[in-house]
Amino acid sequence: MTTARAAAIVFGREVRAEMRTRELLQTSIVFVIIVVTLFNFAFEPDVAEARRIGPGLIWITLLFAASLMLNPSFAKEQNNDTIYALRMAPATSFAIVLGKTLANLLFLSIIEIVLVPVFSVLYNVPVLPVLGRLVLILFLGTFGLVVVGTVFSALSAQARLRELLLPLLLLPVMIPLLTPAVEATAGLFADSPALDRTWLSMLIAFDVVFFTASWLLCDYLLEE
Amino acid sequence: MKRYGIFALILTVLMFFAGYAALFIAPDEATMHAIQRIFYFHASSGWAAMEASMIVFFANVAYLAKRDLKWDWLAISAVEVSVAFWTVMLVTGPIWAHPVWGVWWTWDWRLTLTLVIWILYLCYMVLRTLIADPERRAVFSAVFGIFVFLGVPLDYLSIRIWRTQHPQPVIFGGQNSGLDPTMAKVFFYCSGVMTLLMILLVVKRYRLERLRHDAEELRLAVEEASESAGMSRNL
Repeated sequence: MTTARAAAIVFGREVRAEMRTRELLQTSIVFVIIVVTLFNFAFEPDVAEARRIGPGLIWITLLFAASLMLNPSFAKEQNNDTIYALRMAPATSFAIVLGKTLANLLFLSIIEIVLVPVFSVLYNVPVLPVLGRLVLILFLGTFGLVVVGTVFSALSAQARLRELLLPLLLLPVMIPLLTPAVEATAGLFADSPALDRTWLSMLIAFDVVFFTASWLLCDYLLEE
Repeated sequence: MKRYGIFALILTVLMFFAGYAALFIAPDEATMHAIQRIFYFHASSGWAAMEASMIVFFANVAYLAKRDLKWDWLAISAVEVSVAFWTVMLVTGPIWAHPVWGVWWTWDWRLTLTLVIWILYLCYMVLRTLIADPERRAVFSAVFGIFVFLGVPLDYLSIRIWRTQHPQPVIFGGQNSGLDPTMAKVFFYCSGVMTLLMILLVVKRYRLERLRHDAEELRLAVEEASESAGMSRNL
């Protein structure tokens, strides 16, 4: 079985399992709406301030949501002992990790489809004029986030206190992604919106480095 | 055992001399005066911390390649020692910064990067406490350690770019631009002594980790033997 085919099967399995209950998505959607609302009480921004802190708000919300959402990705295999079935499957570890990564990318993108309009309305920051470029930055940032997050989810799933451990591993490693993602988004919310190429290349560099690392190291995640 | 003692004794003498050199041999700095002398220990701890961090990375890669627990013991020893030196850096930094810059802390790229690395190694240590099985702990912490190490150049780049685009905070302009020859000698001497201290600590810590491992093996062996003998004695 080719890697692409195996990854597609794992992806399909993840999505099908989620769509049966939709519990991960509905819980996370409520979570991001709460966080976006809480920011208003914490900072009470006017329109100009909202533009300034908005990019940070979006990305911090996404990081927190991901550090909670990605946990079940491998933890559920541990709870149901399906990890043994995955290990026995005629697929490489990379195919399994890739399938899960793509499923997580889809789930987090769905969260963003809710988060961005809610943010735009509540804080009066227009996103429609820069939508295409915003989607590009969101995609690049989310991709890096789920690549590292899925690998770390496999690590934390086999540890104690895993719900607490995943944010601890994921959030500090995300610092070199957070800075370019926030700054690139801020460039789009400025008075004359522009896509900063330096930050865009930093995002791409992050994605390439960590995708390669997860490809090289994924064999160690699933072994007995 | 005796070798460690002799090494430690020599190091103590060298360290005393480093203190003497920093306080009395190095010339007085024109604007900062006495407080500048903390630099000999602050920056040399930074060197030792960086060297220990390099050991961590090589030990992590070597463990995944060779699967010998010795490399794991070396990794955790170097992590703990590097955290100790990063902490010395983070504590002596503000002591120097407060009188000179007027603030305890500023989000300058060097300070930010040091803080980020320090946090990442703390997470590495936390991860290890939460996995009981020695083999799995070794594999997972090696994988995490490699991710951390790959992130550092990206951290460096992003913080560097970020800090040059933003307005600079109140910062003392180009301190290290030209180092007095005597100052340089004292500094390199202190860095050398600090590196030796780092090596001594890593070696000692490695020994401790090995003894811990041996003790654990013995305990398991005794437990197994008593179980097979049908004894219900609780150890």
